[in-house]
Amino acid sequence: MSQALTEASVFPRVHYLNASYGLKSWLFTTDHKRIAWLYLAAITFFFFVGGAAATLMRLNLIEPQGSLIEPSTYNRLFTLHGLIMIFFFLAPSIPAVLGNFLIPLMIGAKDVAFPKLNLLSWYIFMAGGTVFLYSVLSGGVDTGWTFYTPLSSTYANSNVMSAAMGVFISGFSSVLTGLNFIVTIQTMRAPGLTWFRLPLFLWSLYATSIIFILAMPVIAITMVLLMLERFLHFGFFDPALGGDPILFQHLFWFFGHPEVYVLVLPAMGVISELIATFSRKRIFGYSFVAFSSVAIAVLSFFVWGHHMFISGESLYSGLVFSFFSFAVAIPSAIKVFNWTATLYKGSISFDAPMLYALGFIGLFTMGGLTGLFLATLAIDVHVHDTYFIVAHFHFIMVGGAVMGYLGGIHYWWPKMTGRMYPERWARIAAVMVFVGFILTFGPQFILGYLGMPRRYAVYPPEFQTLNVLSSAGASILAVGYVIPLIYLIWSVRYGPVAGPNPWGAKGLEWTTASPPPTENFTMTPVVTEEAYAFGTERSEPA
Amino acid sequence: MTPEPPSNFTQASSWASDWQNLFYFEVGIFVFFSVLIFGVILYFSVKYRRRPGNEAPPPTKDHLLLEITWTVIPAGICVVMFLWGALLFIRNALPPAASMEIFVVGKQWMWKIQYPNGRRDINELHVPVGVPVKLTMASEDVIHDFAIPAFRIKKDVVPGHYSTLWFKATKTGQYHLYCDQYCGTSHSAMVGWVTVMELAQYAQWLEESSDEKSLAEVGADLYRQYACSTCHDIGRGPSFVGLYGSSVKLSNGQTVMADDAYIRESILNPSAKIVAGYTPIMPTFQGQLDEEQILRLTAYIKSLAKQEGEGRKAAKP
Repeated sequence: MSQALTEASVFPRVHYLNASYGLKSWLFTTDHKRIAWLYLAAITFFFFVGGAAATLMRLNLIEPQGSLIEPSTYNRLFTLHGLIMIFFFLAPSIPAVLGNFLIPLMIGAKDVAFPKLNLLSWYIFMAGGTVFLYSVLSGGVDTGWTFYTPLSSTYANSNVMSAAMGVFISGFSSVLTGLNFIVTIQTMRAPGLTWFRLPLFLWSLYATSIIFILAMPVIAITMVLLMLERFLHFGFFDPALGGDPILFQHLFWFFGHPEVYVLVLPAMGVISELIATFSRKRIFGYSFVAFSSVAIAVLSFFVWGHHMFISGESLYSGLVFSFFSFAVAIPSAIKVFNWTATLYKGSISFDAPMLYALGFIGLFTMGGLTGLFLATLAIDVHVHDTYFIVAHFHFIMVGGAVMGYLGGIHYWWPKMTGRMYPERWARIAAVMVFVGFILTFGPQFILGYLGMPRRYAVYPPEFQTLNVLSSAGASILAVGYVIPLIYLIWSVRYGPVAGPNPWGAKGLEWTTASPPPTENFTMTPVVTEEAYAFGTERSEPA
Repeated sequence: MTPEPPSNFTQASSWASDWQNLFYFEVGIFVFFSVLIFGVILYFSVKYRRRPGNEAPPPTKDHLLLEITWTVIPAGICVVMFLWGALLFIRNALPPAASMEIFVVGKQWMWKIQYPNGRRDINELHVPVGVPVKLTMASEDVIHDFAIPAFRIKKDVVPGHYSTLWFKATKTGQYHLYCDQYCGTSHSAMVGWVTVMELAQYAQWLEESSDEKSLAEVGADLYRQYACSTCHDIGRGPSFVGLYGSSVKLSNGQTVMADDAYIRESILNPSAKIVAGYTPIMPTFQGQLDEEQILRLTAYIKSLAKQEGEGRKAAKP
């Protein structure tokens, strides 16, 4: 396959990467594929900044009394880690990089519906990121990523204003991206590409976009109210000013819980693509997987109160939110079962993207099942605000979203660059990420069960063994993340030529050249089968 | 004092054992489904790995019955967990009427504990074994959270509200007390110990400071110091004799229960609820009284409920 191809025979002479040169051709591009690269560069930077903060935290936690830094610094680190990873890495990761690159290619279009708006989204994102970095460099912010009032609005002495402003600005980028994606998927599909022939990745991005549009304005409003209270002492949240701190929590989590699904839904979409391609099977129960994405998007707006079971929320609210939190688990379970069933009687190969996909299913299953503990009213009373929560959401966001992102990046890397990454190194890194992850976050479930509170710079000595274990795992995880950074950059120039369809996959994006020409397809494709038509007569690669 | 931490993770309250049963059930569900998914993936991965003769497998048909099965079974399990967790939660939502009351005020970064007889402590809670204890908690500044892992309980302490938490300790010993809601720079130093003692020992411990005035007595001092008496003793404001625990008719026709929260609100925001027959002339005491003082005033008003007819004298509990 790819090894047999020579550069001259399959590498297109002119493609989107060499169609024009110079910094200006990138910074003023409206090509969705180039904008994807702009996002990729930005979020890779943010990922390693957020990762560096996590590294310092894990180092500090080796000693119960803190081996490295003062509590005030530690508090700034976990706030920075949370804000960067959620707003400046995870939220844009799969949608803005892979989504931007792939949506037009997957539906046979030349670009997204609003190319200039797409570029504007990136500039807004960078403006938000810059303001946030300013708040970090000028002393940091120590409120936790949740900005709970009245700590953030009255008591904290750190840079709350600029951090909140950074979050406020970046939210608009997500709203515009969501709008662009919905219109694109809705109106620009190639002839014959019906809804039920769409790749499941697009179903999940569509669902994600709905959440972007509905949830992001709420965090923007919340940040404005917070800034008004902090700067002008309007009494929204601080009881001393006549406000109610619980109101802030309602607003924050009305955004915050759908946001969690913004992070994991796109990863679920990626996994559907990977599982199908690497087992050469159409996704088992396509329509169930597709509609479960929509169900998750809808239900995600009715579960926010499970963050507030112990905050003094009324008993009846608690009951309702507990019930819906269990309900949202069902579509996730349906996905896991269908992915697993897709492997049945397949032809499974274990390329690096598939290792990430299988890792995702396992870790997401564990993350989801531990979520049930937190949805249970009685159980939440003890494990809330402990390391149990920290472990649970890292299983979803790192074991889920980051694994999905890395799997997707490896899978579509040949399409993005025209080159293959080094397979052996990629498999080593994937295994390290999986093992390192389990070692880092597994012990944290036990720590939480034993009562260790989250956001503690110092802790009682009996928790040391498990913390050292967790930090040791984090070192493996860190290496697992650095290896791909190196070989992916290397492969852009030196990787073997990939050819249009190195995996023998079925989607439209694999029918055009790698890298694709600027206009994506030489002529508008006509679609006659679904995106997973494996094992049919047409299945042999063209 | 640095007591030895308990060697294993004790269940030291009546709620803890109920909690533990449900927790083990959910751990069982967790293990079962994790092993199932990992096992099936591993099995399929070996059995259907790509090899000669297996490169282009025929498509598998969708299977409606299977989809229904793996929707209905997890849904059923979820309903069981939901009901079990909810029933346990509801059953323990309210403290028993006979609970002993202790007051907690959270403040960056310490826990101030006040006992009805006037004894006060910082970061140390002492309770008797086998007696239901109700904590009435307030915060001076930001949101804190009072957590005792050995009892498997916690509750946010939100400024502007009273929070209550109750438990019945079942095992003597010393247990960790944490602040579980991030509250600023020294959040991780807002920790302490809960000491569960035999009842007799507890009574003795409580009396070690019997020279101090009781909460209600200190409250009576505040009552005069802040000149509450100038209106409330002469009928310009409503009298407090027999007030606590009674229902109060308001000028807007509503009726409210005179509990801790009502008294606190009436001190800080007097015009929120006007007693029928009175005019809203009382000034706010917001910013003049802290949460501890309000708790003492409340204790004084409570003591008046208990000894109707005996006049306005602070009672020893």
